[in-house]
Amino acid sequence: MVATTDRRVVSNRRPRRAPWTVLRENIVWLVAIAALCYLLLPNLVVVLFSFNKPNGRFNYTWQRFSFDAWRHPCGAPGMCQSLGLSLKIGIAATVASTVLGTMIAFALARYRFRGRTASNLLIFMPMATPEVVMGSSLLTLFVSLGIPLGRTTILIAHIMFCLSYVVVTVKARIAGLDPRLEQAAADLYATELQTFRRITLPLVAPGIAAGALLAFSLSFDDYIVTNFNASNASITFPMYVWGAAARGTPVQINVIGTAMFLVAVLAVGIGQLAGRRRYR
Amino acid sequence: MAVQADTVARPGRRPGRRFAGIPYVLLLPGLLWLGIFFVVPMIFLLSQSLQTGSLETGYRLTFHFATYSDSLSQFARQFLRSFEYAFIATLLALLIGYPLAYTIALKAGRLKPVLLVMVIAPFFTSFLLRTLAWQTILNTDGLVMKFFRTTHLLSVTSALGWTNGQQLLSSPLAVVTGLTYNFLPFMTLPLFASLDRLDPRLLEAAGDLYARPITTFRRITLPMSMPGVVAGTLLTFIPAAVDFINSQLLGNPQTAMIGQVIDGYFLRINDYPTAAALSFSLMLAILILVSVYVRRSGTEELV
Repeated sequence: MVATTDRRVVSNRRPRRAPWTVLRENIVWLVAIAALCYLLLPNLVVVLFSFNKPNGRFNYTWQRFSFDAWRHPCGAPGMCQSLGLSLKIGIAATVASTVLGTMIAFALARYRFRGRTASNLLIFMPMATPEVVMGSSLLTLFVSLGIPLGRTTILIAHIMFCLSYVVVTVKARIAGLDPRLEQAAADLYATELQTFRRITLPLVAPGIAAGALLAFSLSFDDYIVTNFNASNASITFPMYVWGAAARGTPVQINVIGTAMFLVAVLAVGIGQLAGRRRYR
Repeated sequence: MAVQADTVARPGRRPGRRFAGIPYVLLLPGLLWLGIFFVVPMIFLLSQSLQTGSLETGYRLTFHFATYSDSLSQFARQFLRSFEYAFIATLLALLIGYPLAYTIALKAGRLKPVLLVMVIAPFFTSFLLRTLAWQTILNTDGLVMKFFRTTHLLSVTSALGWTNGQQLLSSPLAVVTGLTYNFLPFMTLPLFASLDRLDPRLLEAAGDLYARPITTFRRITLPMSMPGVVAGTLLTFIPAAVDFINSQLLGNPQTAMIGQVIDGYFLRINDYPTAAALSFSLMLAILILVSVYVRRSGTEELV
C-alpha cells in the first residue's frame, strides 16, 4: 500500500535560495500540515469523546473525563450485538469476495480470451455505480422475488460490492510481478502447479491481503447499501450508529471507533515492519 | 481505479498447451455473482422505473415514461444542489489535496510512509462516527464556533447564505465541509501516485535551464500530474454528488441532496417507480458529466 522509494528531494541539494522562495516552500508544508490536521481532527474527537461523560443522551459537548464507557463497552443496549453482526458479515464477505476476486484477477491478468473487455467492464461498473442505486436495485430484486431481507441479503450485497475492489487490487499486484521469477522456476523443472504454489502465490499474497483488508473495511463500514437490504432484526454497527445519531449517541460507539482505529494502526504498523524485514 | 488497457501478453511466457477453458472457470463464479446481484437488479430497477401501481396493489409494467419527467421536474433543485455541492467540495479537495500530495511525494523524504499512513488513517474509524464528530466540532459551544463569532465571520457566511442564523451546523457550509473532508483522501491518493512517479531529474533539468520554481511547476509538475488530477477529481466528485450522509447529519431540509430523496422515496414513502426513475436519471447525469469531463481533459486511459 505504501510506496517506500526514498528519493532525495532536489531542492535539498541546491545552495541557499532567496528567502521568499524558502518561505513559499514552507507554505506548501504549512498547507500540508493544515490539511493533515483537517483529516485527523475528527478521529481525535472520536477518541477524546470516548472519555466523556455527557449529561444528556447526546455525546456532543465535553462535560468531564471518565472511563465509564471503557469499563462497560457493551453498556449501550443492542450495540454489541450489532457490532458482532458487522464483524460476522465483514469476515464472511471478505473471505468470499477475496476468493472470487482473486480468481477473476488471475484470469484477467494471465489469460487472453474472448469476452475479456466485457468482463473488465462488468468489474468496473459496480465501483462507478452510486451506492444508493446499488442498494435500491438489489432491494427491488429481493422484493420482486419475495426473498426476505436479513443478514443473508446483507451478505449477498456486501460480497457483490467488495468483489470489484479485490479484483482491481490483486490484478495490479499480478501485473507488477517480475515474469523472470516464474520462468526461472520453470527452467528448474518445477511443474506449473509447483510454480504457482511456491513462487506466484507468495509473491501475489501481499496484494491479496491488501484486497482482503479493503474488502473488510468496505463491508464493515457500509451503511447505505446495507440499510436497503436489512430488516429490523439485522442491525449492523453502522446502522446502529445511524439510529443513534437520531435517538442519542452513547459514548460506547466512540469506544468501538477508538478500538477499531488502534487495531488498524497496529495492523498497518506490523505489516510495514514485516514488509521491511522481508525485503531487506 | 484506473482500468488499464489490456496488458500485452506476458513476454517469454511458455506457449505450452493449456486447457482453453481455464480463464472461464476462474471467472465464472465471480462474474455470475455480479451478473445475478448487480446486472439483474439493474434491469429490475429499470423496469421498476417504468411501472405503475403501489406496494400494496402490486406493480405493472406500463412503460410510463412520465415518471421520469415528473420526478425530474419535482426534484430539479435537489439534483442541481447535489452537483453544486459536489463541485465545490471537489474544487476544495483539489486545492487542499494537491499541496498535501505534493509535499508527501516530493518533499517529505523519509517521512513519506508516515504521512501516507496519516492520510489513510481516517478510514480506520467508521465514517459515520467521523461525520458525527463534525457535529461536535461545529457545535454551538465549540471552539470553531467561538472563532467564527468573535471574528464576525459568521455574519459574513450568513450574509452569503452559507450558514443560517447563529449556528454553523445545519447549513450548506457544514455539508460542504463534511463532503470535502470525507472525500479528501480519494483526491490525495491518486494525486500522490502520479506525483510520486514524477522523475525528479525533470525538475532538476528545468531548474538548470533557469526556469523559476513557479514556471517549473506550471510547465512540468502540473502537466505531469494531470492523470492524478483527473482520477482524483472523479473519485471525489462521483461519491460526493450521490452522498447523502453528510447532508443528512450536517445539513437541514434546505440542503437535501438527491441521494436523500431517493433513499426517502424507497424506504419511507415506498414510491418505488419514482425512486427508480430518479436513480437512473442520477446515473445517466453522472455518466454524461464524467464522459464529457474525461474527453475534455484528454485522459483516455481512465476508461
